[in-house]
Amino acid sequence: MPKIHYVAHDGTDRAVDVPEGETVMRGAILNSVPGIDADCGGECACATCHVYVDAAWKDKVGAPNEQETSMLSFVDSVQDTSRLSCQITVTGALDGLVVHLPESQH
Amino acid sequence: MNEHAPIDHAKLAESMPLEDINVSDPKLYQQDVWMHYFDRLRREAPVHYCKDSPIGPFWSISKYKDIVSVEVNHKAFSSSSTFGGITLRDRTGDLELPMFIAMDQPKHDEQRKIVQPIVSPANLAKFEGLIRSRIQNTLDSLPRGEAFDWVDKVSIELTGQMLATLFDFPFEQRRKLTYWSDVATTDLNNPDRLINSEEEREQVFGECLGAFMQLWNQRVNAKELGGDLISMLVSGEATRNMNPREYLGNVILLIVGGNDTTRNSMTGSVWFFNQNPDQYAKLRANPALLESAVPEIIRYQTPLAYMRRTALADTEVGGKMIKKGDKLAMWYISGNRDGDAIENPDQFIIDRERPRQHLSFGFGIHRCVGNRLGELQLKILWEEILKRDMKIEVLAPPKRVYSSFVHGYQEMMVKIAP
Ligand code: HEM
Ligand code: FES
Repeated sequence: MPKIHYVAHDGTDRAVDVPEGETVMRGAILNSVPGIDADCGGECACATCHVYVDAAWKDKVGAPNEQETSMLSFVDSVQDTSRLSCQITVTGALDGLVVHLPESQH
Repeated sequence: MNEHAPIDHAKLAESMPLEDINVSDPKLYQQDVWMHYFDRLRREAPVHYCKDSPIGPFWSISKYKDIVSVEVNHKAFSSSSTFGGITLRDRTGDLELPMFIAMDQPKHDEQRKIVQPIVSPANLAKFEGLIRSRIQNTLDSLPRGEAFDWVDKVSIELTGQMLATLFDFPFEQRRKLTYWSDVATTDLNNPDRLINSEEEREQVFGECLGAFMQLWNQRVNAKELGGDLISMLVSGEATRNMNPREYLGNVILLIVGGNDTTRNSMTGSVWFFNQNPDQYAKLRANPALLESAVPEIIRYQTPLAYMRRTALADTEVGGKMIKKGDKLAMWYISGNRDGDAIENPDQFIIDRERPRQHLSFGFGIHRCVGNRLGELQLKILWEEILKRDMKIEVLAPPKRVYSSFVHGYQEMMVKIAP
């Protein structure tokens, strides 16, 4: 099972196994990793599952689609590595992925 | 037959022809009987067409997941005031009030981005101390052992103070903000309405605009801009050249957005804890539960019962074809009671596992910008009530507002133990 690293704002790294086909957001919720709220449950409609994809993984993870880009444009402290984690599907190619969590979800 | 016998709405809602159900009737909310009609709609007609009503024909979306799907599809479902905006009653032509809640992309996005920073977590942290001290003063000045109206003395007072703070509006004139907000949302068919015609409404809007133009000009001429909302609008690329009507629209949006909603959550919270003493005992024993109690209060109240959209193209929702030009209401108040999305939805439970999974703030690109601010005010209010261990007795069921849009309270008489 692919391992995903969730690095909290204070630097704490939580690595959990997430089944392929699940999203990075669900991986956090299923394993009670704090820092991802996911109020809309993965519909790309709340932007409270915001993460920064580690620079080394940016290309592998890919770019957001149009709806996600709209939602991201309202996120506080957005960067060009920002993604909504409910829109990132876990695959074998993402084994070892590192995402950084923002200070708070808004 | 006794004409004065109270109507049994639970029965009526089940027995009347489906097509005659009109959930936009403000009386259903004033009498607090709306839930029976939505129970039936969610079960039998989750996407329901009301072909005849005082505000014209409209669709009702009542299931949680259908509401989210309409919210996300902002390309097909417009919020624009050009088509009538976000309430079922159309306000077009001269009465059109442009504000970004009632705009589509790209203009919506540009204007929203200007306002967003003021309610960012970092900026809210700066406001927190001020909000708290104002709430403390208000609570400490309440009468003890004597009946008073919680709506007026606490909910309206605190939200008025908060708005004055956000706008850096003259503090002693803060009740004007409340008045403008109430005029903006008053239903002209309401027997207790504040104004009698759209002309009168326009006149009051004129006063509001006059006062805000003055503040605008003060900011323009000031050497240094503050962190308040008007300063942000004055300096924002997308807002500094707004025409007066647009400025008015955005001011009204922020006043209404931050006023009714928070006010009615504050009143609702006292009522809910009064009706659910076990939940209050739980909170009193463990004040940390406020983290989840606050979003639960907002779900349970659902301060805005719905938002309206207009279809820009024929689009299917839940198996029904919504035709181009049709208007639809996403009934948050019903989706928040949808047992397929929320467990025991009719119960007020302050320690839900995922309390923020509710529709009260909407979803998608129009999702409430002020959500964390609304939550913050409620949280501080209850922290301070708990600290004082105030015993608030509700003397009679609250009087509710005549509106299918603003879901709230006119008056709630309470007494605080001496
Ligand atoms: C409990 C409190 C509140 C509730 C329940 C609430 C509810 C809502 C809802 C339902 C929407 C529309 C969402 C949609 O169409 O999808 C909205 C939008 C909005 N709210 Fe709130 N609100 C609250 C507090 C506030 C506060 C305190 C402010 C003031 C800063 C505010 C300002 C706004 C604005 C400006 C919008 C328009 C956003 C947009 O169109 O992009 N709200 N709110
Ligand atoms: S969970 Fe709501 S946008 Fe990702």
